[in-house]
Amino acid sequence: MQVLFWGTRGSLPVSLNAEQLRQRLLSVLEVAARLPAGQLDTAIGRAEFVDALPFALRGTYGGQSACVEIRGNGPEHLICDLGSGARGLGNAKLARFGPGTPQTYHIFMSHLHWDHLMGLPFFTPLYIPGNRLIIHGCHAELEAAVRLQMSEPGFPVDFSLVDRQVEFHPMEPGQTYDIAGFQVCAMRQMHGGESYGYRFAQEGKSFVYATDSEHKLDQEEQWAACVDFFREADLIAFDAMYSLAEMVSVKADWGHSSHMIGVELALAARARRLALFHHDPLNDDASLDRLLADSRRFEALSRHRRPPLEVLSAYDGLIVQL
Amino acid sequence: MELEAVVHPKANLVMVRGRIDHGSSMAFSELLHPHLENCKKGAPPLVLDFAGVDYVSSAGLRALMIATRFAKNQGGRLGIAEFQPLVREVFGISRFDLVIPCFDTLEAALGELA
Repeated sequence: MQVLFWGTRGSLPVSLNAEQLRQRLLSVLEVAARLPAGQLDTAIGRAEFVDALPFALRGTYGGQSACVEIRGNGPEHLICDLGSGARGLGNAKLARFGPGTPQTYHIFMSHLHWDHLMGLPFFTPLYIPGNRLIIHGCHAELEAAVRLQMSEPGFPVDFSLVDRQVEFHPMEPGQTYDIAGFQVCAMRQMHGGESYGYRFAQEGKSFVYATDSEHKLDQEEQWAACVDFFREADLIAFDAMYSLAEMVSVKADWGHSSHMIGVELALAARARRLALFHHDPLNDDASLDRLLADSRRFEALSRHRRPPLEVLSAYDGLIVQL
Repeated sequence: MELEAVVHPKANLVMVRGRIDHGSSMAFSELLHPHLENCKKGAPPLVLDFAGVDYVSSAGLRALMIATRFAKNQGGRLGIAEFQPLVREVFGISRFDLVIPCFDTLEAALGELA
């Protein structure tokens, strides 16, 4: 199983502006100026130099709002959420398969907030007759929300023009479904209007998509249910939007969690990897690098005698092989 | 996890020992409550000596934040001092050192709070 992150930012897409990019280039040149003479004379030397830079200098977390692809052993496509990252995903699928080979896309909606749905009108496979988009979700308003988004005055192409390609599949949390060769189960989460996490399992590997979820530290039942849902997962994409101090004080009840909670839950569940996800738009790349370093340190401090947990920070373009 | 009140001329000093985690944070809050009730306007500050605390989880930090709020609402002063290095690190990682007054030494805490 492979998990591909097409959109990892929370709440709304972000990008570097011209001045931020200029500052970054200056920072890189400052590092380069301290190198021994000749190190950048070859293409290999230049590539090695770039690859050794901190991620916040050589890359960017991005970017697009939530969209994650899961690749398994079958021909059908699985996608979690349709944030703005769905545009790049759709274009990549079109480039790979072309318009003449109908494809089936299974889309699992964590919830219906704007940032998780805004990519649908820009997901090009939607417009190609013969394709099937099966939108799975636990919200009663699933179809209505999708139709509303693609209607005047919000968007010029009405959903009725593409609805032959789209089916809706209501799911119940707690039930396991066989979908495209995966066992899929949903869990209700704490978020405004409710959200749902999904667990995908195939051939002994499992991925949990658990974003837009607040974890109240005084609610033991919710904590235990979450640990159970995460149990021994190979990868968890986790809502790590806030610091713990923010989550329990000024941003309490905003429906998001913290990197520290993610580490504690994943350790308790004996999961293998944790991907920090749904990054706060207020955090720039350097802040997210620090958050990752802090999370890894907290994992080491909290692990005790449990198996180590690998902590990653998801970025647009990250591919994780399970 | 244990709490022990120590007589001190300038503060209500409470020595805390053990781990404050998901399993013990409620007990910690209950044990701390009588000391918090005395942490009010005009009273000496409540200083928690953390030299004996080995670990604090998110649940423990939350309990401490609630305690800080409780004291503040009563007009009292509360601080934590004498951290083990790893516990101090957790306060930094969580950003709780921006929410709860943290001091390297008891003297520093008394200098600021008393």
